[in-house]
Amino acid sequence: MGHLEFDIAHLLGTMVLVLSFGLLFQRRIFGVLRTFALQASLLAAAAAWQAYVQDAPHLYITAAIALVFKAIVIPVALHRIVIRLQIHRSVETVFGVGLTMIIGVGLVTLSILLVLPVTAQSGAITRENLALALSVVLLGLLMMITRRNAVTQVVGFMSLENGLILAAVGVRGMPFVVEMSVAFSVMVAFIIFGVFFFHIRERFDTLDLHYLETFRGERE
Amino acid sequence: MAPSFESAALQLLHAVIVVAVAPALTGIVRLLKSRLTGKRGAPLWQPYRDLWRLLRKEAVVAESASWLFRVAPYLTFAAIWLGAALIPAFTTDLLLGPSVDLIVLVALLGGARFFTALAGLDVGTSFGGIGSSRELMIASLAEPAMLMVIFTVSLLVGTTSLSLIAVTLIKYPVGLRVSLALGLVAIVMVAIAENARVPVDNPATHLELTMVHEAMILEYSGRHLALMEAAAMVKLLLYLSLIACIFAPFGMALPAAGAHALGIGLLAWLAKMVLGAVLLGLFETSIAKMRVFRVSEFLAAALLLGLLATIFLYVSKGL
Amino acid sequence: MNPLAFVLGTPVVAGVILGFIPGRYHRIAARLNVLASLVTLASGLTLFEVRPEPNLYFFIDDFNVYLVVLTAFVGFTTSLFSASYIGHEVEIGRLDAPRLRFYHGMYQAFMFSMLLALTANNLGIMWVAVEGATLATALMVSLYQTREAIEAAWKYFILCGVGIALALFGTILMYLAAQPVMGDGAQAMAWLQIMAQIGRFKDPAILNLAFVFLLAGYGTKVGLAPFHAWLPDAHAEGPTPISAVLSGLLLNVALYAVLRFKILLAHTAGAIAPGPLMIGMGLSSLLLATFMLYRRRDIKRMFAYSSIEHMGIITFAFGMGGPLANFAGLLHMTMHSLTKSAIFFSVGHIAQVKGSQKIADIRGLTISHPTLGWTFVIAVLAIAGLPPLGIFMSEFLVVTSTMARQPVLAIPLVLGLLVGFGALILRLQGAAFGEVPTRGHAPIKASLLPVWAHLALVATAGLYIPPQLVAWFRAVATLLG
Repeated sequence: MGHLEFDIAHLLGTMVLVLSFGLLFQRRIFGVLRTFALQASLLAAAAAWQAYVQDAPHLYITAAIALVFKAIVIPVALHRIVIRLQIHRSVETVFGVGLTMIIGVGLVTLSILLVLPVTAQSGAITRENLALALSVVLLGLLMMITRRNAVTQVVGFMSLENGLILAAVGVRGMPFVVEMSVAFSVMVAFIIFGVFFFHIRERFDTLDLHYLETFRGERE
Repeated sequence: MAPSFESAALQLLHAVIVVAVAPALTGIVRLLKSRLTGKRGAPLWQPYRDLWRLLRKEAVVAESASWLFRVAPYLTFAAIWLGAALIPAFTTDLLLGPSVDLIVLVALLGGARFFTALAGLDVGTSFGGIGSSRELMIASLAEPAMLMVIFTVSLLVGTTSLSLIAVTLIKYPVGLRVSLALGLVAIVMVAIAENARVPVDNPATHLELTMVHEAMILEYSGRHLALMEAAAMVKLLLYLSLIACIFAPFGMALPAAGAHALGIGLLAWLAKMVLGAVLLGLFETSIAKMRVFRVSEFLAAALLLGLLATIFLYVSKGL
Repeated sequence: MNPLAFVLGTPVVAGVILGFIPGRYHRIAARLNVLASLVTLASGLTLFEVRPEPNLYFFIDDFNVYLVVLTAFVGFTTSLFSASYIGHEVEIGRLDAPRLRFYHGMYQAFMFSMLLALTANNLGIMWVAVEGATLATALMVSLYQTREAIEAAWKYFILCGVGIALALFGTILMYLAAQPVMGDGAQAMAWLQIMAQIGRFKDPAILNLAFVFLLAGYGTKVGLAPFHAWLPDAHAEGPTPISAVLSGLLLNVALYAVLRFKILLAHTAGAIAPGPLMIGMGLSSLLLATFMLYRRRDIKRMFAYSSIEHMGIITFAFGMGGPLANFAGLLHMTMHSLTKSAIFFSVGHIAQVKGSQKIADIRGLTISHPTLGWTFVIAVLAIAGLPPLGIFMSEFLVVTSTMARQPVLAIPLVLGLLVGFGALILRLQGAAFGEVPTRGHAPIKASLLPVWAHLALVATAGLYIPPQLVAWFRAVATLLG
């Protein structure tokens, strides 16, 4: 039985990782939002499974928050913002999709090489989870770096947070901080991004950060 | 597995069944797609009727065609039929089983593709050229992806021989492995590309500029066309059978099992094939065809998933 | 009565109340702000006498006691400054009154999050508090709603958001490292308890990895190169009181977090030496910032780079290690906090009287506004490191200890210090003594009391440090290893 629970946890984590790649693959904003919603639901499933395996009921709350907010509310809100602010619907990338994905695989290898030797003392389920989580974090970072549009940068940031939550639920017995961090990330997403998007759009008539960077204060 | 009368007989039976069932699968996919898009659709056995009709028609060959044009359909069909006959379907006890492995399969498929592409170029029409170049572009990415998946599976089981893989996976289940899950996704993507299915290529299109596979066989008619169409149908069965053999081998009859086990194996295999055809039909209806330059990204994703599968294999082993 | 309850509770209560006061009563809100900060300061001062019992979530020891008081003090003086400054901003129309409700509420929320981060025993709570501080300041940087302000706030938010995320990963790894020794649950996240059991940590590998993430993550918030890109914009575009508390307090709190982890690492056998990492980051920040000082045309941006420079020096000092360098680092943290906030107070006044933040527009201060001008001169001399003011003392100690232990490193260190000194004096010359431009003679509407209070403290510290403070610094210096 121990093998099966390990396998399922591993599987769910890997699906979250594959969806991180899926996020890098998308060329349309709505595709990005749908993939992100799917990733958040899988994250909720992973959290719920960990709650069952570790016998830690407070993780069910984490799963519920991830599901309701990150899989439903935030993608719907972003969807509405994209339509209302008439944001450019295609994703502009710094380098091509193929190159980005190759770098992504490189990052996954890096994180595996980094985490596995270091965590030799911990249980297998935790080590895999940590390696997967770090990969998701790094891929989220890659997405933030290689995308010009503010909406996709935000989604990259939130997928980075997904990786962190995956790490936190994988570690046995981490106390209520999990709920706090989840709640915080949700609050962050809501307040800041909602506020910022409207202001950025008002000021710049676009959410393309390329225009934002024409003001490089460094030159002053 | 020493060669025996049984294994030879089963091999022949297997080869016959493969060719007999393939058009039915294509029929299922087409019927499902029609029904899902609100049409009545042709009956299930229409592909048989199409093949029979084509076989009786005269083959018209262009004046500029060379011997390659005439020979290519036979070579293609032979290579693909042989490949399909090699994959354990309802039994793992096949005569050619031990001497053949996954790499040979890839080589056979590659050979068939090679001849088809040359045939497309042979007559000198521009549409044939478009089809051939696109097909080879797709192949240049799909083949490495497939090989990556093969590596993963072989590293896991310890052999590239398909019948040994099937036997090992039946006897010692590996459980839900992440590498296999990733490999499954990768090989499904490759299968879609190789079989010229939506979203890579629309098999029912009439617009030559959007064709990949159809463009290469545009000039064929009569028995040549029948062979090419049959080859495409058998190729679909080949891939479905391959996926079932590696990822869902339960139900197959092991060597020296009785007729009872063979019967179960056959039924199980047929069920898996029908399920695969149904899923393919559903999938094709629900997704739109990609622009051609996106196909390379799609296949690059398949390649990277295959790569990830191999990497994760080492992760699991390293624990 | 637990003074900690007042120290933490006052900002919360005040923040909530201020959040309800409508913008048109902003003068009352500003006074309430000052009052709340004063109460916090008073409760903080009682911590010198009465140290509450540490529990799993909060504790006070030698390290954070004086930082808490420092934070409360600078918070108080900044609220004084803010009261008159913001009032003036509303008068000249740069800010509209309804936003002030948000501003005052957030100010207290920010104070709360910083004090929480300082007094937290639970590493998770510390992380949450630092994230809360990031949120609060990001919102406040965008207060003016100009194009540049929104860009600055966005950059701040994204960069510090990533930093905080990395810090969370480091915290999770830290929990993972502590779990086999401490068991599951809140035990394994309590700093004091971990410190007590540090001898039992046999496997330092996870600890090392955790520290790297924590240094990268919290280091972003400290403003260390190469993660400093958010700092100049945030300081230049946000309201001046926010620049003052950012530079004076938040950078310190982030560094405090890094140091807490450094202490754990220093006491674990076989852990990597955090020193070289911190020295490297500190030196690169120092050198990068000082060379950037020359080409800045906006005065707040220039002093933002000066903050990066000083945080670089402090990190360098803590990286060097040893009792003298650690002492110097702690002293510098305090002195920089006081001096930099004093600088920002005066810069705020200067920008208001001259009507512009551009250095080219600020000339001849000692002639047009003598009090303000000479105060500014003293403040800049203090931050540049002239004796007998406090920063000279700490810089001198850093240089001495470097020369004693790693003489090679003293070269870039001293080079950086001299370059910075030169840049600041050069700018000061123009600003204080140049030709007076025709416009910009608005009389000063605010009091310079906060500035003088800070400068007085800095001047005194250059000559005499109370023995109790010395004792604390020494104790913490030994702890830092």
